[in-house]
This record gives sequence, C-alpha cells and structure tokens, in this order.
Amino acid sequence: MSASTLARAAFPPDWTKRFVWIGLAIYTVYAISTLDIDGARIARGMANAARLFDRMFPPNLQPDKLELIKDGMIESIQIAILATFVGVLLSLPMGLAAARNLAPPWVSWTARAIIAVLRSFHPVIVAILFVKAVGFGALAGILALIVSTMGFVSKLFAEVVEEISAKQVEAVRATGASFFAVLIFGVFPQVMARFVGLTVYQFDSNLRNSTMVGIVGGGGIGAPLFTAYQRFDYDVVLTILLIIIGLIMIAEFVSARIRRIFQ
Amino acid sequence: MMETGNDPRVWTRFTPAERIGRSIVYIVSAIAIVWSLQTVEIIPEFLYDAPEQTADLFARMWPFDLKFWPVVWSTLVETFHIATLGTILAILLALPLSFLAARNFTANPILRWIAQFIFVSSRSVNSLIWALLFVAIFGPGALAGVFSIAVRSIGFVGKLFGEALEEAHQGPIEALTATGAPRAAILLKGYWPQAEPAFWSVALLRWDINIRESAVLGLVGAGGIGVALDAALNNLYWDQVGLMLATIFAVVVVTEIVTSFVRSRII
Repeated sequence: MSASTLARAAFPPDWTKRFVWIGLAIYTVYAISTLDIDGARIARGMANAARLFDRMFPPNLQPDKLELIKDGMIESIQIAILATFVGVLLSLPMGLAAARNLAPPWVSWTARAIIAVLRSFHPVIVAILFVKAVGFGALAGILALIVSTMGFVSKLFAEVVEEISAKQVEAVRATGASFFAVLIFGVFPQVMARFVGLTVYQFDSNLRNSTMVGIVGGGGIGAPLFTAYQRFDYDVVLTILLIIIGLIMIAEFVSARIRRIFQ
Repeated sequence: MMETGNDPRVWTRFTPAERIGRSIVYIVSAIAIVWSLQTVEIIPEFLYDAPEQTADLFARMWPFDLKFWPVVWSTLVETFHIATLGTILAILLALPLSFLAARNFTANPILRWIAQFIFVSSRSVNSLIWALLFVAIFGPGALAGVFSIAVRSIGFVGKLFGEALEEAHQGPIEALTATGAPRAAILLKGYWPQAEPAFWSVALLRWDINIRESAVLGLVGAGGIGVALDAALNNLYWDQVGLMLATIFAVVVVTEIVTSFVRSRII
C-alpha cells in the first residue's frame, strides 16, 4: 500500500458536488434579483398579512354560509369519487397495454405516448379546456380529473405489472387458458394489492384537486372559495380552508386503513 | 399434505376478517359511486354539443400566433424562476422540520406531532389556493408564486425526507457519538451521507412537479406564464392559448428528460 492511500483524508472533498452547490447559490442570488424584492415591499406585505389574518379570524360560521359550503364540499367529494372510479376503470386496460411484458411493442409504445400526453398538463389547464368543451359545472371537473387519474394510475400500474413474476403467468398459460383467464388468474392476484394502493392514493389526490377545479369553473368548493376571496370575505375563506384540511386528514386516515385491509 | 382423504378443512385465500373488511370497502365504494352519480349536477345538453365545441376549440387554436412568442418566452423564464426558487425555499424550510418529524432524531412526541401537522396542512391546501392567499399578502406577481410553491412543497419534501432520515442506519451515528463528535458533526457526517441520495431524488421530483404547478399559478395572479394564459383566455385569443399550451407541453417533456437523466447519474 502506498503512502498516499494511507494518508488519505477521512472525508475527501468532492469537487463536483461543491460546484453544484456553488452554482445553485449563484443561480439563487440571480433569480431573487429578478423578482424585484425590496424592503418596502416586504414591509407592505407584512402589513397586508396582518390585515388578512385580522379579517380571517374568527372563521365565519353563519348557518347560511355553512349551507353553501356544505353543498360545495359535497360536490367536490362527488367529483373526486366519480373521477377516481371512471379514471381507474380506464387505467386498467391502459396500464396493461403499456406493460412491456404483456403487450407487443407497438401497443405498449402507443399506450406510453398517450399516458405521457395525459400526464403533461396540470389538471387546472385540462379543466379550462373541458369547461370550454362541456360548459361550466361538475362535469368539466370530473373529466379533467379523469385525465389526471389516468395519467398517474396507468403509468404506475404498468410499472407494477412489469415487475410481476412470469412463473405464475406461464403456469396458467400452460393449462391452455385464454388470454383473459391468464390475466385474471395469473396477473391480477399479483398486482391487486398495489393497484388498490394506487387507487386509494389517487382518490386522496383527486379530493385535493377537486377543491381547485372550481376556480376555473369546474364545479365543487372552488367556486364559493374564489367568490369569497374576491369579495374579501376572508373569514369564509378560512372556514373553507379548515374544512378542506380536516376532510383531507380524514381521507388520509381512511385510505391508510383501506390499504392495510388489502395488503 | 399428510392428512388427505377425509380431512374436512377447505383452503381459502383470505381469513374471515379479511373477507369482511374487503366486502365493507367494496359495498361502501359502490354506494358512494351510486350516490354521486345520482346527485351530481350534470347537464346532458352540454354533453351533446361537446364534440362540436372541442373541434371548434382546436380550429381556433391553429395556426399559433407566433408574434406572441416574445411574451411567452419572458413569462416562461419567470415560471422557471418561480418553480426553482420555490423548490429551494421549500427545501430550506422543510429540512429542519423533517429532522423534527424523524423518530430517531426527535424523541419528543409533541414536536413530532407539530411537524406532522405542518406537513399535512401544507399538502392539503392546493397550490392555487395558497397562491390566492399570497397574492392577497404580496400583491400580484412572481413573489406570491414563489411563496405558494414553497409552502405547498414543504409537506411533500419534509415528509419524504423525514422518512429517509428514519431509515438511516444507527451504526455510523453511534460510532460518531462514541468519538465525542458534536451534534453538528453527527448531522453532517452521520445522517447527511446516508440521506443524501434521497434528498436529491426528492428535490428533483418536487422540482419537476413545481414546473407544472407554476405554469398555472398566474391564473390567480401569482406570476409566470399563467398570467399571459389567463389574459389570452379572457380575450378568447385561442391562437395565443394554443402557442402557450404547446410551449408548456414542450417544457414539461424537457423537464422530465432532464430530471430522469440527472437522477440516473447521481442516484
């Protein structure tokens, strides 16, 4: 062993990493300078924040407002349920078609290209297009969230299907089973738990997004939220936000339980 | 099997408790779907004329209004800054919280609970709704966008990085503690090297998401390409909308290629 290896430092410096950090620091300083932040603006912002919080508290709990919020929340939940149901139903064939170990290459590449397009737009942009296509209301929100559900679930479902063991599939195929029997008895038992996990996760995500599509006219709690915001009824905004946070917490708890049942 | 013949036992895949649990989930889901289908307000007339409207939409978008490109480019650069600065700010805010949330680092359950609560609140409120609040505070512009991206990302970054910290092996940390290393050195040389791959992967994943999110923040006035998109939508300049949608699509594809390349290099 040469002297240099014996004398090497315990934690040798990694210059590539240091350059990355320095580069990031320089970029951050430059990007902040483009935002034209100055002391006066921050001070004004703090004053605005104080006024905002002052108007927010206490949250508005008048019965007529709560009635309005209840209707909006129920519509949001329904949008999330229907979008998850239809989206997941469509993701099943899409995910199988995109799995390279089951589908021939031309099918899987076509399916992958479609999934990539579905994934690339934010649900709000998709919602804007659907509001133009089918008009204001819950339907536009549902369709927009179906698109994002398909983008997420079918991509990850395809990855799950690609990881299955080929032995069971071959065993079922060796009995002379048809393609659908191979799917039902060879493939689905291996991927069911993960598929339910994906579905439940996407339901949480759809619930969050269904509170937002209303801002662009896609139905749900977003419309009353945006109206309250534009009318400076910040106490109503706070009530809605607290209800959304509570709902999401309940949904995350329930989905953790469901995932455990299907493990 | 030794006991064949007249053994009455029958093989079943699930225990009774599992079967009951699954049945309940199935039944409740079915009820929820039927209930939603019956009460959600869908106006069928709107649906009939959807294909026509969609065709009309695309016909108005093409050809793109290329004279509009300079505006698209400058707002696109702003979008990029919002996403990147927002991610950096989110990481700065989330790192200390993730240590508070990690069970092997923080013994006090109340502190852990506070960190978890901040994470859940940050994730439950959508970035557009955060943007509404920050526009009310800072006024319209990119600054509100940076803060809404940052606050929205804290929960995601903090939760995932906290989980990575919890998975850290105790061996190197105990070894450092035994040498009498100060807490900062334990953090830097004990935890950080183990959590670093997870850190970069989480940061890249969130940056990728934030590029998409920051493109729509402008719809509520928080800067970026969304402001131009909102103006074009309100004025029904669909040829400008088409150009911007195509640009956003291209940016998202490039971002995915870049992040997957970087991820394969460093992780």
